[in-house]
Amino acid sequence: MLTISTGNNAVAAAVREAGTAVVAAYPITPQTEIVEQIANFVTKGSMKASYIPVESEHSAMAACIGASITGVRTFTATSSHGLLYMHEMVNWAAGARLPIVMANVNRAVGPGWNVWAEHTDSLQARDTGWLQVYVATVQEAYDATLMAFRIAEDRRVYLPVMVNLDGFALSHITQQLEEVKAGDFIPPLVLDHRIDTENPGGYGCMTSSVDYVRIRSDIERSMRDSVEVIKETEAEFAQRFGRKYSWTDDYRCEDAEVLILSMGTLGKEAEVAIDILRDEGIKAGSMRVRWMRPFPELDLRDRELVVIDRNYSFGFGGILAGSIKAKTGKDCYNVIAGLGGQEVTYNDIASFVRNRKTGTEEWFGVKI
Amino acid sequence: MKNKRLVTLMPTVPDTEYIHKCTSACAGCSSDLILRHVLKAAGPDTVLVVPACCTSVLQGVYPNTSFGIPVYNVAFASAAAVASGMAAAFEELGKKTNVIAYAGDGGTVDIGIQALSGALERGTNFLYICYDNEAYGNTGMQRSGSTPLGARTTTTPGGKPHPKKDLDRIIAAHNLPYMATSCSAYPQDLVKKVEKALSINGPKFMHVLAPCPPGWRYDASKTIEVGKLAVRSGIWAMYEREYDTLTISGQTKAAMMKPAPLEDYLKMQGRFSGLKPEQITEIRQSMERNLRLLKLEAEGTC
Repeated sequence: MLTISTGNNAVAAAVREAGTAVVAAYPITPQTEIVEQIANFVTKGSMKASYIPVESEHSAMAACIGASITGVRTFTATSSHGLLYMHEMVNWAAGARLPIVMANVNRAVGPGWNVWAEHTDSLQARDTGWLQVYVATVQEAYDATLMAFRIAEDRRVYLPVMVNLDGFALSHITQQLEEVKAGDFIPPLVLDHRIDTENPGGYGCMTSSVDYVRIRSDIERSMRDSVEVIKETEAEFAQRFGRKYSWTDDYRCEDAEVLILSMGTLGKEAEVAIDILRDEGIKAGSMRVRWMRPFPELDLRDRELVVIDRNYSFGFGGILAGSIKAKTGKDCYNVIAGLGGQEVTYNDIASFVRNRKTGTEEWFGVKI
Repeated sequence: MKNKRLVTLMPTVPDTEYIHKCTSACAGCSSDLILRHVLKAAGPDTVLVVPACCTSVLQGVYPNTSFGIPVYNVAFASAAAVASGMAAAFEELGKKTNVIAYAGDGGTVDIGIQALSGALERGTNFLYICYDNEAYGNTGMQRSGSTPLGARTTTTPGGKPHPKKDLDRIIAAHNLPYMATSCSAYPQDLVKKVEKALSINGPKFMHVLAPCPPGWRYDASKTIEVGKLAVRSGIWAMYEREYDTLTISGQTKAAMMKPAPLEDYLKMQGRFSGLKPEQITEIRQSMERNLRLLKLEAEGTC
């Protein structure tokens, strides 16, 4: 079914299509529309679920944890300060191996008070044990949310998945959306470690360091196994519904001599920049990184890299650039751009490539 | 013979045990005793949600557990919210399983009060039990919002300068279907109230006094004696409130008519050793005010 939808409404539609049983969430700009839409679905009866209007994001994730451990499909959505406020429980969800799906509408972290797009919020949660995917279109927000349930609930994974979409730049823009009938693409959830009064036991209790290390290493093993699960899920999605996704969204990369690496909506902007640069005779390509955890194997070869980070790790650098350097040993030209919704056009991105100075970092629009 | 005598004394308390021997509770621990009777009353189709507190330790170290029912250990501030999600999920699944949040006073009156208030406001179908040992017992007796005036803790070495937070009136302001207070020294009262609470749909709350030998600094053999003296002196009042109808329990009615000396209760405990006479007066006045208000409410005149 073809419709016009915002990024937020696309997420809500995917949550409904997945047959989610419990949604606990707290509204926060720019995620609010997701929560409102789900509340609408539940009230009107088009979604059979329990919607828990909690009093805080900490409680939102806590309620999802309580629901998920009983073995039902569970979802929440948040943004920025909401994600930071629930951070303790974000860790808890992954440590408890619960397949919760969360949409995070990427937004800057204050102060100063700012509601526009930035990835520093979710990247602060990159070490929690959650899988993280960053999307760039309304359709992708829908498709990734749907796939997130299947990936999280696979017993090789049993880890929560965070779907990240840029605040306003994607959450509130309208694009064409094709909804699907998920059918058995999302099988019923059977959680092997669900809480069961017929089989009593302690969950999350005091653990010796020996067992704790084993439990943590199990998370890493599952994170590695999730690579195969993601590939399978995206391949089957392509086969069933005709839309193909991969670790990176590549545009004119085959013969590229310089690559733009970015995340989220800036990746789509970069594609326009690539066309401009190609017309100028610069062999450029765009590689939009979709999955941040598990981190992808990147086909970089000996090409020059321009990494755009809509985030920053103070005292260190752009987080995507730092990750690429750490994983591949390759240096790059790192541009910090788009923080707090700073406008970054395709012309700006083209100029980053033209003026690249590998081995340096630059903040777009300011000098530090 | 011994067992037979026990059955005769407490005919209303089920025999089944859900707390096995060899928990890692301190000698004379009354929260262990409370939980033993809570679970007897609740039965096997029960899930406990436990935040950081003594109970998260005394259940034992993974992979062992001393409890015969499922226990979900959660972060300090989250017990009531986790229970909210669990109760909603059980409802979606069509299960009647009891969801009981079992939390200490720190996780209830301080860090967990927001989640608790939210769950009560939303009408969550669960029972929240606060076992109150009037300090952060699990971490070595630091003050909590529930620590009484003048009590020495490791963070109030000179005695707490502020009175105990009136949790029960905060809870009552949520106008919930059922709330009750009880004390570890009165297991039959506890069992009766838990059974009643679990028979009611919606949010239920119980506040149970849990004397603590190392924290209150009395001999471990005196746990029941201290608990009974708390009730008999009137410093701890036992009652039930069903919406706006208050019923004072028999033991507290007796204490209202002929109270045991408050000084006896205070003198038994090392934590009150530095009380000044004016603090004793303040504690007494606060206790008398509480009993007066409860009496007026029970008589329907306030």
